[in-house]
Amino acid sequence: MPVDAPIRTEPRAPVRGSVLGVRAAPLHVVAALAALVASVPLLYLVVRVSDAGWSRVLDIVVSPRTGVLALRSVGLALAVALTCMVVGIAVAWLVTRTDLPLRRTWLVVAALPLAIPSYVTAYTWLAAFPWLEGPVASWFVMVMACTPYVVLPVAAVLMRLDPSGLDVARTLGLGPVAAFRRAVVPQVLPAAASGGLLVALYTLSEFGVVSLLRFDTFTRVIYTSYRASFDRTTAAVLALVLVALAVVFVLAERRVRGPGSRWRTDRGAARVAQPLRLGAWRWPALAAMCGFYALAVLFPMAMLGVLLLRGRPGVDVGEWAAAIGSTVLASGTGALIALLLAIPIGVLAARYRDRLASAIESVAFLGFALPGVTVGLSLVFLGITIAPVLYQTLAMLGFAYAVLFLSTAIGSVRSSVAQVPPVLEDVGRTLGHGPLRTWSRITLPLVAPGIAAGALIVLLTAMKELPATLMLRPTGMDTLATELWTRTSVAQFGEAAPYAVSLVLLAAVPALVLARLAGRRQEG
Amino acid sequence: MNPRRRVRAAALSVVGLLAAAALAACGGGSVGSDVDAQPSSSGSLVVYSGRNEDLVAPVIEAFEKASGIDVEVRYGSTPEMAAQLLEEGQGTPADVYFSQDAGALQALEDAGLLAPLSSGSVAKVADVYRSASGQWVGISGRARVLTYNTELVPAAQLPDSVFDLTDPAWKGQVGWAPTNASFQSFVTAMRLSEGDAVAEKWIADMVANGAQSFESNSEIREAVDAGTIKVGLSNHYYLYEKIAEVGAGSVTAANHYLGAGDPGSLVNVAGVGILAPSQRQAQAQALVDYLLSTEGQTYFAETTFEYPLVDGVPTAAELRPLAELQGPGISLGQLSDVAATQAMLSEAGLI
Repeated sequence: MPVDAPIRTEPRAPVRGSVLGVRAAPLHVVAALAALVASVPLLYLVVRVSDAGWSRVLDIVVSPRTGVLALRSVGLALAVALTCMVVGIAVAWLVTRTDLPLRRTWLVVAALPLAIPSYVTAYTWLAAFPWLEGPVASWFVMVMACTPYVVLPVAAVLMRLDPSGLDVARTLGLGPVAAFRRAVVPQVLPAAASGGLLVALYTLSEFGVVSLLRFDTFTRVIYTSYRASFDRTTAAVLALVLVALAVVFVLAERRVRGPGSRWRTDRGAARVAQPLRLGAWRWPALAAMCGFYALAVLFPMAMLGVLLLRGRPGVDVGEWAAAIGSTVLASGTGALIALLLAIPIGVLAARYRDRLASAIESVAFLGFALPGVTVGLSLVFLGITIAPVLYQTLAMLGFAYAVLFLSTAIGSVRSSVAQVPPVLEDVGRTLGHGPLRTWSRITLPLVAPGIAAGALIVLLTAMKELPATLMLRPTGMDTLATELWTRTSVAQFGEAAPYAVSLVLLAAVPALVLARLAGRRQEG
Repeated sequence: MNPRRRVRAAALSVVGLLAAAALAACGGGSVGSDVDAQPSSSGSLVVYSGRNEDLVAPVIEAFEKASGIDVEVRYGSTPEMAAQLLEEGQGTPADVYFSQDAGALQALEDAGLLAPLSSGSVAKVADVYRSASGQWVGISGRARVLTYNTELVPAAQLPDSVFDLTDPAWKGQVGWAPTNASFQSFVTAMRLSEGDAVAEKWIADMVANGAQSFESNSEIREAVDAGTIKVGLSNHYYLYEKIAEVGAGSVTAANHYLGAGDPGSLVNVAGVGILAPSQRQAQAQALVDYLLSTEGQTYFAETTFEYPLVDGVPTAAELRPLAELQGPGISLGQLSDVAATQAMLSEAGLI
């Protein structure tokens, strides 16, 4: 039997209770609670919109401008996501499966765009080419910033992929390209699609890049309606439309991911793959990698260096160190809370394919599609009404990060759990362990790197977050991102450059560990 | 170290980091909650500032020194902060809101969130620069100007009115910032002084004449200074930020004041209001008094190149005196009426 072939998921043990026509397991309940916590912004939007009255809501939703902007946002998100998927699969394949020179180093380089906030990338391009603007420029900068969301998960799959599938396809008479398409693409497509989904949702909610590059999108209009008229209702209605657009992307990804399982069913160890010889293509491939990452990593870093030298950075060392400390503390708190929410949801999504599990996972993804200002205001509302004691504390800020970036962690938890054959857990159970003990003795050690990767990506993304940080940080606390904002909003970028460089260097640490995790071979 | 160990080490370090963060968060959370909980009369005076830290921190420090009152400032951008205050409502931890424009203050007043200002110092500010009902007061003035590139535009060719900018001579050469709050205040002023029809036509004519949209006034300043465009509609002090950063010799942009009564001559204010739920009304009032004192006013005149609003404090020599600026005859409180302006700009496809 061909290894890694999609087979139907076996039904898990029967359980009591029924929701959405699905018999719910305890895991469903825990995951549903986590999803409920993550859907706070949605509840807030519904409250705000219900203040408005139907006729006003209709006026806002049905205006032609709303339609145009929705199309633009979806178009941009789709274009960026598809480009990232194509580039991401190609890069991941080159760095894991071929004899590309220095491929381990390339994998590390491929993670680095994550460390550069996309608004900083846009700024460096604008600093060099002030005439840049519009949809193509926005697409370009977003692609430069977002490829790691696809490269890392796809590389992780390719590293662990048993090469015999490809060999079997070749021995059955397929040429190298057809064999790749039939035996490898179906394996990496789910990982590429979930990366692509994150890219699409991120693009939908993106504000810094499109506003710097003067491309009107949905999110930019949401900001404008907060900014100029303090009009929270219009903004909330538009944000709900954005949520609806996000749902379309979530469903599309669900279709691509399909119902197949991802664990090996064969006995014995997977053979270590021999890297494919690129032959005459080796140097052109290297040149393409150099070219792409010169634009995506080297250029923004070099521009930051230039701006650093050109400005007159008078950095207060105490302030700078405090900002680094706060950044690590706040984003670390966010990563921890996100993980607590992501583990039950990710495990559920990996092990159950019912409608309830699917709904729970989808809800958790929507936070990533909402602009930071909307999530920030929703937590202001929640904090003041429900938990005034926690309002503007580090815990609350961490919670905001978790809500915003939970979805980035779910994917890696889900895919790492999906690679553990449930039969291992069944063995644990037959040996007399309870479900929790089985999970902690057998599953957890196998999925720990995947969970760590989930935490790291939240950590990394939270470091760069600005709008929610401004609203929810403890009064007087500054992070690198707020320091950067303070300086760009008053003067030239020169003064901000030291903080931008520090932020990039700090975020590079988790990015490098992520590259390591993606590049490891299968355990055991 | 073999690769698997390295992964384990990495995973362990992450777990360690997160655990440390969690501990700190719990600790930080309980400490923070003592400070930030419900309004109370003890503790520091909490200021929400929509104005930049670099500009505000020095004057707040001077106030702390002079009054012995402890102040904690939270920085954000004016509109987001106003939205946050509206969301916080009666539960707000803020005592004072320092806003970059009059419209945001008026929105808070309309929502019933501001307390009446009681002090006599408020009367030192001319009626036009404060709320009609006395709930907010302007601290410094900011004039709308036409910023131009001195190498590309001879001073003699500069227009007298924003209405001249629809002339084909300016085709594709005018920068504006439709999403910017100051710009929208200016359009609101035009609507109120000249009527909606005139404003609508002006916007359409400007679009037809190839006006260039930017996200902010500083981007307009950069584009004018670089010569990408010849002129831009902006606020007067952005130019002086640039001069302070790179020196007057390296700046090719300059400010041009439009004619008396023109909507393009609007003078808006940055101002303050005291939150109604605040339990520290007296300390808050002391801060307002300080900002309107000679020391406070001199600070803004000399540091931010804005217009002092209290008589007897000299304006920076580079600026045309406030008395000579005559904006359109409207009150600043009316500038909170931006909804119709937004609808108009949205109709024109600009925002």
